[in-house]
Amino acid sequence: MSFDNAYESLLGHEDAHWAFGTGFSEALSGVDREFPAGVDKDALASYCLMLGDDALIFSQRLSEWCSRAPELEEDIALANIALDLLGQARMLLTRAGEVLGRDEDALAYLRDEREFRNVHLAEIDCGPGPGGDFATTIARLLVFSSWRLALFSRLRGSADPVLAAIAEKGVKELAYHRDHAAQWTVRLGDGTDESHRRMQAGLERVWPFVDELFATHSVEAALQGVAVDPASLRSEVDGVLEAVLSAAGLTRPKDTRAARVAGMAGRDGVHTEVMGYLLAEMQHLHRSLPGAVW
Amino acid sequence: MSTSWPLWEVFVRGKRGLNHVHVGSLHAPDAEMALRNARDVYTRRNEGVSIWVVPATEITASSPDEKDPFFAPAGDKVYRHPTFYAIPEDVPHL
Repeated sequence: MSFDNAYESLLGHEDAHWAFGTGFSEALSGVDREFPAGVDKDALASYCLMLGDDALIFSQRLSEWCSRAPELEEDIALANIALDLLGQARMLLTRAGEVLGRDEDALAYLRDEREFRNVHLAEIDCGPGPGGDFATTIARLLVFSSWRLALFSRLRGSADPVLAAIAEKGVKELAYHRDHAAQWTVRLGDGTDESHRRMQAGLERVWPFVDELFATHSVEAALQGVAVDPASLRSEVDGVLEAVLSAAGLTRPKDTRAARVAGMAGRDGVHTEVMGYLLAEMQHLHRSLPGAVW
Repeated sequence: MSTSWPLWEVFVRGKRGLNHVHVGSLHAPDAEMALRNARDVYTRRNEGVSIWVVPATEITASSPDEKDPFFAPAGDKVYRHPTFYAIPEDVPHL
């Protein structure tokens, strides 16, 4: 038994090398993929696109920090979170695709802007682009993960066994994302004058997009017992945010609401100006070289 | 900014390991963040079930200059290894 490489002693000396999957489990193995009786399949597909696109688009935004985060350790942390969300997106798009007859790649790479169902909070530029900085990114992560964790916690009781299983896996990931954001929010808010100013500015930047998270869409209303009504999450999420902000010495911004187009927003496929640029970057390789694989 | 974050040594206990093993080091502003950074940097591939982080400044290390006085005297004491006993065949699990 050699201890030259510290990892060898961690991994139990099995034939299967860890890099190729020692002890990994498949989250959805054994889950019944039949659609439950009486469920509106088209609405279910739309709902899976909503939750899947939230994760996919936010994952793309977080990936932009790769190689640009303030520290190497934070670089990896944000990339890990992005990969967790990408994993959630893949499972949700796959579920939607079982109704729509398309695979996850087709849904991620070959839909146009108006077909994406993500909330605006996921798509806006919170840095490293000109729309924000690290503190703004943390502000978005705090709001997004607090909201999604509350949502997924309830989604575990969904009548769709696939959605319930996806939520079961996601809850553990999201709990870590929220913790990571909360740790940073407290440190920045309670740090130097400059970090406090930036953290408060980050909150002000993302707050107009909070309202949309709790607006019940007709798709959600049509899926009683399958979908979670986001309006029911508001007080729980508010409580979490209040606790973090108060520990950080930050002020909850005034509730304002970002402009909508004829009452429509991300869930209706109406997006902000940056969405087209984001999709161009995310989709161009697949569209230039259809079927390309690593 | 990097220079202002202290260095931490990271020890991870694997799924089937009984002891924490040193796996590397990282920078973090404080102990709580060091634990989280260690989780992100060193347990991404399902390696660990427990993490210790220790400020690198808190580790007292033996010096390479002291290698001989420290370790050479043990080099010829082969009798400290229990290799001179005949093991009875009816004693299992040895």
